[in-house]
Amino acid sequence: MVTANPTTERVEKLAIEDLTIRYGDTVALDSASFKVFENEIFGIIGPANSGKTSFLRALNRMNEMTTGMTVDGVVRFDGTDVRDWRDVYALRSRIGVVFPLPVGLPLSIYDNVALSPRLRGIKSRAELDTIVEQCLTRAALFDEVKDRLDSLGSLLSGGQQQRLTIARALSQDPELLLLDEFSIAVDPVTTMRIEDVLKDLKQELTIVLVSNLVRQARRLADRTAFFLGGELVEVGETEALFTGEVKDSRTTDYLEGRFG
Amino acid sequence: MADRGALPDVQRRSAAWWQDKVAQGLVLIGGVSAIVLILAIFIFVAQEGLGFLLKDLDLVEFFTSPAWRPTSDEPEYGILALMAGTASVTGLAMLIAVPFSLGAAIYIGEFATGRTREVLKVLVELLAAIPSVVWGFIGLSIMNPLIIDVFDVPVGLSVLNAGVILGLMAAPIMTTIAEDALKAVPDGYREAAEALGATRWQVIFKVVLPSAKNGLVAAILLGVGRGFGETMAVLMATGHSVNIPTSPFDSVRAMTATIAAELGETAQGSPHYQVLFSIGIMLFLVTFVINMAADVFVRGGFKLKGKRK
Ligand SMILES: Nc1ncnc2c1ncn2[C@@H]1O[C@H](COP(=O)(O)OP(=O)(O)OP(=O)(O)O)[C@@H](O)[C@H]1O
Ligand SMILES: [Mg+2]
Repeated sequence: MVTANPTTERVEKLAIEDLTIRYGDTVALDSASFKVFENEIFGIIGPANSGKTSFLRALNRMNEMTTGMTVDGVVRFDGTDVRDWRDVYALRSRIGVVFPLPVGLPLSIYDNVALSPRLRGIKSRAELDTIVEQCLTRAALFDEVKDRLDSLGSLLSGGQQQRLTIARALSQDPELLLLDEFSIAVDPVTTMRIEDVLKDLKQELTIVLVSNLVRQARRLADRTAFFLGGELVEVGETEALFTGEVKDSRTTDYLEGRFG
Repeated sequence: MADRGALPDVQRRSAAWWQDKVAQGLVLIGGVSAIVLILAIFIFVAQEGLGFLLKDLDLVEFFTSPAWRPTSDEPEYGILALMAGTASVTGLAMLIAVPFSLGAAIYIGEFATGRTREVLKVLVELLAAIPSVVWGFIGLSIMNPLIIDVFDVPVGLSVLNAGVILGLMAAPIMTTIAEDALKAVPDGYREAAEALGATRWQVIFKVVLPSAKNGLVAAILLGVGRGFGETMAVLMATGHSVNIPTSPFDSVRAMTATIAAELGETAQGSPHYQVLFSIGIMLFLVTFVINMAADVFVRGGFKLKGKRK
């Protein structure tokens, strides 16, 4: 396994230690341990029910909203266990999330994107205007909606709502961006545009990208983890995994489309 | 399927087809009879009161005179005081019921979990089922002496008493409807807002309440309608004296209570009888408008359509 990328010095953003996630008696993730470094895109691939979404939910303590979901083990964010954050809202505001099914809040497009800055206390209209335009542009949506920023975000098409949620996550000015199958409702051309944006964003923040599309992970991720039925099968440099440097034959099977 | 050759299946009506038709017919009869019944009631009320209302009644006096003396030698039929009575009691009731019911709905819908939530919901529904005469009884026998004691006033049957009673009466049903409106807000909205780092209150005030707005307004309007049309409890708790109230401790008389108390003693077809029907038409129209408004709000009518370009 390739260990270090020699060109950049790697700072640890997330350290996952023995993370186990359960729903009642069902184990969704079984004692996984790995690290995510700053300014990388970390891909997570795996078939349905492998625990990918559950993992993301544990990162910003969304599990506290889900009854029956328990998390054991440690998630360190910038070296501090997320459970030691007294102010869970401050933690969440530093982590942007894009859900697999787009949730355009029933507010105007503008307010959808301005909500998080407003929660941070930004009131100046000019400042909000700038943030809204910038985030919508980055999410490849601005041109389509610039004439109707006042209409309801929940009335946009599925793909547009998906990009709206990306813009909304970016409006948090997050340090960590969690993307859960973001391209599920987005057409291929737009997906490519967003992928380019993600590559740029990597300079500023850390991205965890859950994807059902193995090739998308290959295009974007610096390192990739393979989850299977709640088990962390493999973590490594993406290119190495795809060129066959794997510890477990199931990884190659999955990457080559033999199951899942 | 022995006779398949003789009679192709496509031309045969199965038992399920007939069942379907019969069920359709029954439902249609049910629906039509409800409409016919409502029309019949409306026509009856209109027949008894409308002609008089338009022809013989001095409308200016009817609406602007505070004097309601239907049985004196020179009868006066002014309903201003009765309208003031109804309005003041309903207004006070809403001042009490709106914050209580919205608060209860938010607690039940957003904060309470598991057992607490179930128990609370059952209790609220139980409260909504208390007959109005029992509320009137509470007004007479508990609130009345309480108000006299606490505020040191000669009578405790007043706007205050009836308003509180009516507020308590309307709150449970308003709570139930408001809670339904909150429940209809998809969890995804809450989750998305929480993921942005919003606190529970921010989620409720910035996302949940705005998106449940139509249902909440409908809940309030239905409460208003309930207060407006309530008769028995109001009859018992207001003191039933014709009066334009200047303080919450004044006794008043409501439109509904007037009809209930006086209709039995009037000769059918007499002016007094017909004036009471005119009041009935008024009530009918007002509750009709309120219900229509509630309906429009439930559907979220204009707002959403108007905004899309
Ligand atoms: N709210 C929940 N309650 C109970 N069990 C759940 C819940 N959410 C997920 N699970 C279970 O946890 C396991 C992992 O689910 P998870 O959503 O993390 O999978 P996933 O890898 O994201 O799958 P997909 O690719 O289909 O999104 C599954 O067995 C699922 O049934
Ligand atoms: Mg998932």
